[in-house]
Amino acid sequence: MPTPLVVSEVAKSFVMHLRDGIKLPVVENVNFSVAAGECAVLGGPSGIGKSSILKMLYGNYGVDAGQILITHNDVTVDIAGADPRTVLNIRRDVIGYVSQFLRTVPRVAAVDVVAEPLLARGIKSDVARTRAIELLEKLNLPEHLWQLPPTTFSGGEQQRVNIARGFITNHPLLLLDEPTASLDAENRAVVVQLIREKKASGTALLGIFHDQDVRSAVADRIIDVSMFRAGREAA
Amino acid sequence: MNTHGELATYNFAYLDEQTKRMIRRAILKAIAIPGYQVPFASREMPMPYGWGTGGVQVTAAVIGPDDTLKVIDQGADDTTNAVSIRAFFQKVTNVAVTTSTRQATIIQTRHRIPEEQLGENQILVYQVPIPEPLRFLEPRETETRKMHALEEYGLMHVKLYEDIARNGHIATTYAYPVKVEGRYVMDPSPTPKFDNPKMHMSQALQLFGAGREKRIYAIPPYTEVVSLDFEDHPFEVQTFKDPCALCAATGVYLDEVILDDKGSRMFVCSDTDHCENRRNEGHHGHLSGQALEAQQ
Amino acid sequence: MNEQPLLRVNSMTKYYGSRIGCRDVSFELWPGEVLAIVGESGSGKTTLLNNISTRLTPTSGTVEYRMRDGQFRDLYRMGEAERRFLMRTDWGFVHQNPADGLRMTVSAGANVGERLMAIGDRHYGDIRNTATRWLGRVEIDADRVDDQPRDFSGGMRQRLQIARNLVTGPRLVFMDEPTGGLDVSVQARLLDLVRSLVNDLGLSAIVVTHDLAVARLLSHRMMVMKDGYVIEQGLTDRVLDDPREPYTQLLVSSILQV
Repeated sequence: MPTPLVVSEVAKSFVMHLRDGIKLPVVENVNFSVAAGECAVLGGPSGIGKSSILKMLYGNYGVDAGQILITHNDVTVDIAGADPRTVLNIRRDVIGYVSQFLRTVPRVAAVDVVAEPLLARGIKSDVARTRAIELLEKLNLPEHLWQLPPTTFSGGEQQRVNIARGFITNHPLLLLDEPTASLDAENRAVVVQLIREKKASGTALLGIFHDQDVRSAVADRIIDVSMFRAGREAA
Repeated sequence: MNTHGELATYNFAYLDEQTKRMIRRAILKAIAIPGYQVPFASREMPMPYGWGTGGVQVTAAVIGPDDTLKVIDQGADDTTNAVSIRAFFQKVTNVAVTTSTRQATIIQTRHRIPEEQLGENQILVYQVPIPEPLRFLEPRETETRKMHALEEYGLMHVKLYEDIARNGHIATTYAYPVKVEGRYVMDPSPTPKFDNPKMHMSQALQLFGAGREKRIYAIPPYTEVVSLDFEDHPFEVQTFKDPCALCAATGVYLDEVILDDKGSRMFVCSDTDHCENRRNEGHHGHLSGQALEAQQ
Repeated sequence: MNEQPLLRVNSMTKYYGSRIGCRDVSFELWPGEVLAIVGESGSGKTTLLNNISTRLTPTSGTVEYRMRDGQFRDLYRMGEAERRFLMRTDWGFVHQNPADGLRMTVSAGANVGERLMAIGDRHYGDIRNTATRWLGRVEIDADRVDDQPRDFSGGMRQRLQIARNLVTGPRLVFMDEPTGGLDVSVQARLLDLVRSLVNDLGLSAIVVTHDLAVARLLSHRMMVMKDGYVIEQGLTDRVLDDPREPYTQLLVSSILQV
């Protein structure tokens, strides 16, 4: 089985045209891989580019240089150079992502927000919803919220919907951007449990966890992002 | 061509020969493309628009000295429009005129088709106020012409759909749209839909003239003419409960006549010639002279 | 899995006299894909939409469409009859102003049913039932089926226009500022409706909008236009979250945060 994620010599900077075109280097020479059944954690102080790395892996940020290799339908694909359609297919089939904040859509019920990634993969609506409800139950989201759109939910409630949505599929690679940031201890424990289940089933996980307890509970390995700080060698 | 001394100031049939030639060309094209509206250079006629200027020009272009002309308005030979058009042609052609459907070679009509079946030697000329059947829903002439050209007739059924949606049935009772020879959708002029089936496979040539709108169209003899409808709301003609009060005819189109100010009324044939013939043949309705005498 | 695009636009250029409408635009649209074309007024996005949808004739370039038989056809080499047939069966066009896309003086039912009648449906009851069902899908009560759109609110009119377009099961829908004239709350409802219809029906769509939130919610991919040129394109969230071009950065930074 190929390594689910290989990141090789990736560099990223932002050019701020509205600020006289100044170039803000973010990371360069990013090299790491994540194995199946492993939970790697991106470490380092804030602002170092951890989230940017996750966003590049998800195709959300462009990549200046380097390769991000994943396996899709038994073919190795470089996300850094993939066309939009391929990226969307990869998101549907290979890479799951739990972002820091839920992007809500008006009028779509929480349970449907959670079930959607399964529906996109062609799974029947009732099966997907059953699975969604199981997850929301596990994450202690009150039942009366299931049929409501998450727009008006509290931060913690929205985050649990977001987690359920990210964990509902069997994607071989799961990216987690501070999934436990706004959760209480009880729910953090649930997330830790969910991550352990994912690991056991062979999912490769890459995450950012500021919470020390969670991090030590799930991390197999810390990748120090300050190693990839742009301009480090030159400085 | 001058056939009569009194007509020295007019050419035969009022129109000059070049104009007739132009109109005949339009008619020939119309016959060649059944149901298609052919533009023509409609002339000013010595009567206002709406009085049949289109029909008069068509008649003037096809009439010859040997023709016998009949003019009807709503089926009657003796109403103002019919009388004045008949008088006009008598004056400018001096041809024989008649009220008899059978004897006429050209029948100019406003809003009716005679009850008696027409033959191959006859021409029926319709006066048409608005030739464009699609205009009700699509006011742009450029667009309706394109729709005819591309046979896009869905809109016609939208009109019928609206009828049913509003009234529970197709409430269009006159100017009921037809499809000619499986191709062009055509407005049969404001004849009652009762007359639509008579247009189908008619032995007589049918010509339509719209003077204000400058269009001529035609249905050649033995042409298929189908009234548009829905499968679950099929086309049907008006039916009348009672026979004609004067000649007891059934299966003909009847006009309502108010008899007094107490609400008494009778229904009589709209085709006056047909009614008269029947009475001459001895048919009597319950309000005919004979019937009333017999009661007394 | 569909291995072929639905639409191929090659080097589309439109001049208005010597002025550029849009210049050298090429892209492919795939089945089920929603493409947003964004840019400010006058950037050429509506020109591009009208050229692709054959409402305008391009100065140069081709538009190829994969017909239901799988064959690609150049839209500008088709006969007008065939093209118009395609437009009212396999395509939809949702105008910004519903009055441009509806017949305001005939009932909602007839508005939805018109396309069916145009392709030969001749059963009043069936047409009316289908129309009523579609009104339901766009959240218009069945008892409004005989009302005319002039009695409808702006949002209802827009939803009716959508139903009218979708009744023949088109594969490609063009939308020109579909939420343009609507209140924010009405907009949200319409957007959600469009989003779910596009998902449920697997439609491909090209949506012209100046509203980046609309683009974010509806589209998979977007193209940013300026002065007739496509200056940036890519995955919608990539363009919005990591804009490269100066103009795109300006656009994105101009969004009001609520």
